[in-house]
Amino acid sequence: MDAILIQILNGLDKGGAYALIALGLTLTFGTLGIVNFAHGALFMLGAFCAVLFNKILTFSVKVKDESITFFDAYKEQPYLEIWLGDTGTAIIDYAVPLSILFAIPVMLLVGVIMERGLIKHFYKREHADQILVTFGLAIVIQEIIRHFFGANPIPTPPPEIVSGSAPLGAMLGLNENLVYPWWRLIYLAFSLLIIGAVFAFLKFTTFGMVVRAGMADRETVELLGINVQKRFTVVFGIATVVAGLAGVMYAPILPPDYHMGMDFLVLSFVVVVVGGMGSLGGAVLAGFMLGLLQSFASMNEVKTILPGIDQIIIYLVAVIILLVRPRGLMGREGVFED
Amino acid sequence: MSIILDISGVNKTFGGLQALDDVNLKIEEGETHAIIGPNGAGKSTLLNCCIGRLIPDSGSVTFNGNNMIGMQPHDINHAGMVRIFQTPEIFPDLTLLQNVMIPALAKRDGTFKFNPFKSLAAEKSILEEAHATLADFELDKFHDQLANSISRGDKRRLELAMGIIQHPKLLLLDEPTAGMARHDTNRTIDLLNSDRMQAMTKVIIEHDMHVVFSLADRISVLVRGNIITTGTPEEIKNDPKVKEAYLGESEEEES
Amino acid sequence: MIKKILSSNLLIMLIFSAVVLSAPIWLAPFGASYPDLLQKFAIFGIFAVGYNILFGLTGYLSFGHATFLGIGSYTAVWSFKLLTMNIVPAIVLAMIVSGLFAIVIGYLSLRRSGIYFSILTLAFAQMAYSLAYSVLTPITNGETGLQVSQQDPRVLDAMAGIAVTDGIPSTNLFGALIKSQGGYYGFYVAAVLLIIAFYISLKIFRSPFGMKLRAIKSNQTRMKYTGFNTKPYLLTAFVISGMYAGLAGGLLASIDPLAGAERMQWTASGEVVLMTILGGVGTLIGPLLGATLIKYFENIFSALNDSELHSMFSFMPDSIQNFMVTVVSPFVGEGWHLTLGLVFMIVVIFLPGGIMQGLTHLFNFVKRLFGMGDSKTGIANTMNTSNHTSNKSPNNVKGEA
Repeated sequence: MDAILIQILNGLDKGGAYALIALGLTLTFGTLGIVNFAHGALFMLGAFCAVLFNKILTFSVKVKDESITFFDAYKEQPYLEIWLGDTGTAIIDYAVPLSILFAIPVMLLVGVIMERGLIKHFYKREHADQILVTFGLAIVIQEIIRHFFGANPIPTPPPEIVSGSAPLGAMLGLNENLVYPWWRLIYLAFSLLIIGAVFAFLKFTTFGMVVRAGMADRETVELLGINVQKRFTVVFGIATVVAGLAGVMYAPILPPDYHMGMDFLVLSFVVVVVGGMGSLGGAVLAGFMLGLLQSFASMNEVKTILPGIDQIIIYLVAVIILLVRPRGLMGREGVFED
Repeated sequence: MSIILDISGVNKTFGGLQALDDVNLKIEEGETHAIIGPNGAGKSTLLNCCIGRLIPDSGSVTFNGNNMIGMQPHDINHAGMVRIFQTPEIFPDLTLLQNVMIPALAKRDGTFKFNPFKSLAAEKSILEEAHATLADFELDKFHDQLANSISRGDKRRLELAMGIIQHPKLLLLDEPTAGMARHDTNRTIDLLNSDRMQAMTKVIIEHDMHVVFSLADRISVLVRGNIITTGTPEEIKNDPKVKEAYLGESEEEES
Repeated sequence: MIKKILSSNLLIMLIFSAVVLSAPIWLAPFGASYPDLLQKFAIFGIFAVGYNILFGLTGYLSFGHATFLGIGSYTAVWSFKLLTMNIVPAIVLAMIVSGLFAIVIGYLSLRRSGIYFSILTLAFAQMAYSLAYSVLTPITNGETGLQVSQQDPRVLDAMAGIAVTDGIPSTNLFGALIKSQGGYYGFYVAAVLLIIAFYISLKIFRSPFGMKLRAIKSNQTRMKYTGFNTKPYLLTAFVISGMYAGLAGGLLASIDPLAGAERMQWTASGEVVLMTILGGVGTLIGPLLGATLIKYFENIFSALNDSELHSMFSFMPDSIQNFMVTVVSPFVGEGWHLTLGLVFMIVVIFLPGGIMQGLTHLFNFVKRLFGMGDSKTGIANTMNTSNHTSNKSPNNVKGEA
């Protein structure tokens, strides 16, 4: 029972990341009609926002290490600590959550530049071209990150206070030994929050309503005289920010490395396809489902019967869905079908 | 006169809309049969049910004695039913010559033939036929140009050429003169009345009454998914039911 | 006159063979004439030519062809281990096995088109890659990679009385060692296969079959209503290109009997897409050109490190020299992929028809200079190519729906 609960939580956790990325992908695809192979790179950029912010906060200077007395020793002390003492240390400790504030404008800027500078020239071009140019962009972004941050994963710890595990068992009245990392629970809550915010935005604002209308029938919306261009930029910006935020908070869970974008990209496309291209609800649902599926597939019991299944289960499901029900779980019929 | 296409009891509903309601139509071999009717009457839907793009909810479509429902489009084509599309569905990236060669090859090679070692340049008879057909439609001078670079009217004629070269037993034309200027319309009428095309069984969906009365042997009127009457042009002209159906439509009929 | 040459298959093949076989000579001034690199040109040339038959003619973008490359390599190495070090069975088997996989993967993936097709191939590629590193390790030897050893059974060799007495066994073509003559022998084997592979693709391009594939790319729906069952055509193109990839993989293993899964990553498939596009998708010679250029520059660029850059710029005063090195170094060495990504983007954005499109423009420009007028169809159509995007026509007539 405990093991199952842990797997469920693991699955929902990862599923949250998948869902957020897939959500952004579906928004761009449903509204702009663009297949964006650079979306995984945006997730990676978000994670590196956390890394970068951390680096900025811990920008240090060499000071004399007073604690070592028998020879002159020096250590690195962050400016923040020098200026603000304990508050400074606290700020540094909370680098990851604070980097959300850093990441939002950065990702927004990246998104707007990407859309205005590149994407908008590809609205009328074939999907193959879109895939190719965004694929190239993903490589470029990835290599730039590699140049500045190196090829190794960079551990980015969560704040001290939540770096341990929550006494889940005790809290839920189950086995007292059942614990689960705090940060992962926070991530799950965070992803649900963002998903909720996006849906609320789409449902309750006028802008959101126009976006939803555009996703259902772009031509009509255009004919109604609504300036689609500006909205495209905004939507793309939102999608970028969502992917970035997914990445920022994921940094403590998986130390960011330059390649993580590509790894998540394939998975996120699979999620979108399973959920149904163009369906936001489908993307989220499929994200969590596939996260759970992958989690259960990696249980030891399952692995002994079907070795290696955890690696391929998601792809297998995608293949089956694509063949049996091409519009996915919740997609509309006729999107890209022959 | 034998029946080449027998549409019997065909129904088709989309959601709440009954697009086709118990349609019965018998097309005789060798005739030119026009289907007219107000917008939204279901004319294109009927055509789509014949060539395999849509499957009727009930009823039958029999061509030369064979059931067409459920057949794949490519097989229906080989059975001899060829459709000319309303918006030209040509091969934009190929030359005009290649555009007519493809249907000719389809006729000869069937639904699939793996002949990668044959040289295109050596396909003498196909090339000849292609050039001849293009010439019939006054398009041969463009044979080397890409199909998406010619004018709209020329594309329409190319579309016709692509259909004719397959020597269809039944040619289904979906509004062949829609959007054409008078000059082009007359040209199309002459083409369809020419010797080559006279003997071919044709079903034409049209709005332009001048075209209809110039070409049709018989006319059927489709209103709200149902054929209300079939008859010779004279009969249709004087049929009160037809006049009623068209009341409120734009007065562009000339008799 | 050029038109006449280009329309004769025999002449094209003669010129092509001459160019390829004499490559060690005329590539020498470019510093590209050593066997290792020449082999890469030939092998990836084969891969790209085959890929072009699918992507160039039908427009179907597959991200899974590196899988067939990998399968070809693994099959070849197993042939070396179990049968004989002679490369003939290895290569033949490589092609057959990758062909079989291509039938299955192709059949399933082609049940959808467009982006769904691409994602399906992506999914299969990732599956193969994951499986190669996990479950299939008995066959693939996981991360270490599959290698030959002296103790391998080599049944056919044993029957012929051939034994390996010391060291690692070497691949051979009926006795002639592949690595002989400093490796040039290996290049010539690959070159001959390239010539044959190119000839086959030439025939396909200029056959009714090839034209039908192009028509599918141009308007698949119309093809169906014109009487063609498009599925077998697409599957055939897919399998042919898969077998080309298998051949390339088998050759890779023949030159260096080692097979690893990293060759099967979907990003490796991205490389062949890049080669095809850079050279000119849908053209005969484009992919080969693209493969050669990319391997050539990869060879140069990825070997450049900072010290070499310094010596390159040594004629400049120190401060400028340092500046140049700082500016250039992210793009070379390990940063070669960055350069590749940028080149890729530039080509897709500005010159989607690749180098061949660029050459066509150049050709027309020169023609105009000499007052010979634009050829309406460009070199492109004479060599039986198709424009990459359907909204580009040499006539640029506007206003058509």
